[in-house]
Amino acid sequence: MHLVYPAVLSALLFCTGLYGVLARRNAILILMSVELMLNAVNLNLVAFDVWLSKTAEETLHSGQALTLFTIAIAAAEIGIGLAIVLAVHRDRGTADIDRLRDTAEGHESHEGSAADGTDTDAPVTGAAAEKAEATA
Amino acid sequence: MSLAGAPQGFLSPTGVEIAFLLVGLVTFGAALVTVTTRQLVHAALWLVVALGGLAVEYLLLTAEFIAWVQVLIYVGSVVVLLLFGLMLTKAPIGRSPDADSGNRWAALTVAVAAATALIWVVVDAFRATWIDLDGPAAGSTEVTGASLFQNWVLPFEALSVLLLAALVGAIVLSRKAKTDSSSPLANSRTATESSRLITKSDEDSGSPSSGPKGRGGRSERVEANKRDDRGGPAAQEGAR
Repeated sequence: MHLVYPAVLSALLFCTGLYGVLARRNAILILMSVELMLNAVNLNLVAFDVWLSKTAEETLHSGQALTLFTIAIAAAEIGIGLAIVLAVHRDRGTADIDRLRDTAEGHESHEGSAADGTDTDAPVTGAAAEKAEATA
Repeated sequence: MSLAGAPQGFLSPTGVEIAFLLVGLVTFGAALVTVTTRQLVHAALWLVVALGGLAVEYLLLTAEFIAWVQVLIYVGSVVVLLLFGLMLTKAPIGRSPDADSGNRWAALTVAVAAATALIWVVVDAFRATWIDLDGPAAGSTEVTGASLFQNWVLPFEALSVLLLAALVGAIVLSRKAKTDSSSPLANSRTATESSRLITKSDEDSGSPSSGPKGRGGRSERVEANKRDDRGGPAAQEGAR
């Protein structure tokens, strides 16, 4: 088999995942797109490992070992990512990452109306809470 | 065609190549539907098709152990985790019109540009490279196990520690939000209430002394925290 077929398929899958990461709004859909990108990398690793183990007689099988490690790390990543998304959803009531703008600078002017004003008045209320804490 | 110099031409594909192309088309189509559909649960289900297609591609590349690990971990657990996450975040079942953000055209431009560049480079570099799939399988369970436990033992053990850390981290992350009552939303709500109380007490008493103001804010905050605690487990059980 030509090496071009798995390489091109992996490039296409990676760019599909890239589009998903950039264009999606729900955090779980973004995690799915990240999974697609990781799988594209896995396909590349396996294809190149099979090619090298036959032509260069490489017996270390580093590509397949790295694929197994990538799969395990992706499973860990999806667990941690879902825990974070669930914590954010429990706190904010949304999994929409376009509305998590607490650390953004200079976006309040044209995004304040879309974000229910929850993040625009967050610094003010935070200061008020600190004041109440200090005076108590 | 400039590919005539290759020892094996692209115009006479072998059976494995035809199977790889067909399964690859299915995989790529499923991936496209995954990132473009507006129904969130359908995206997870199309992701199953894409990951299963990739498992078949691994089988065609004679990496059978990777293929079955892919089926077990991705199709078996990761997609189930994603579906659980979709249900726990109360994702809408039907079509949700705001699944895509406003910058999808910029994202499409970036993705198409990246795909063009990557495919151009990859085809230019590897168009004459041939994978010899005959002979013993390069990724049978025996070969993979031998290489994993002869050459990759230490990373393998480190990986188990990483999985344990991820497990503990996920548990801590999901427990903290349940028991810790000073979540940011509760904080902002209490803060607005306490500031409202401060202005009210200012209007009532007119005295600028800071003591009652602070105490009033504290008690109001404690009340709000209690309310949040009561709402927390109820929402938890509702989500379950």
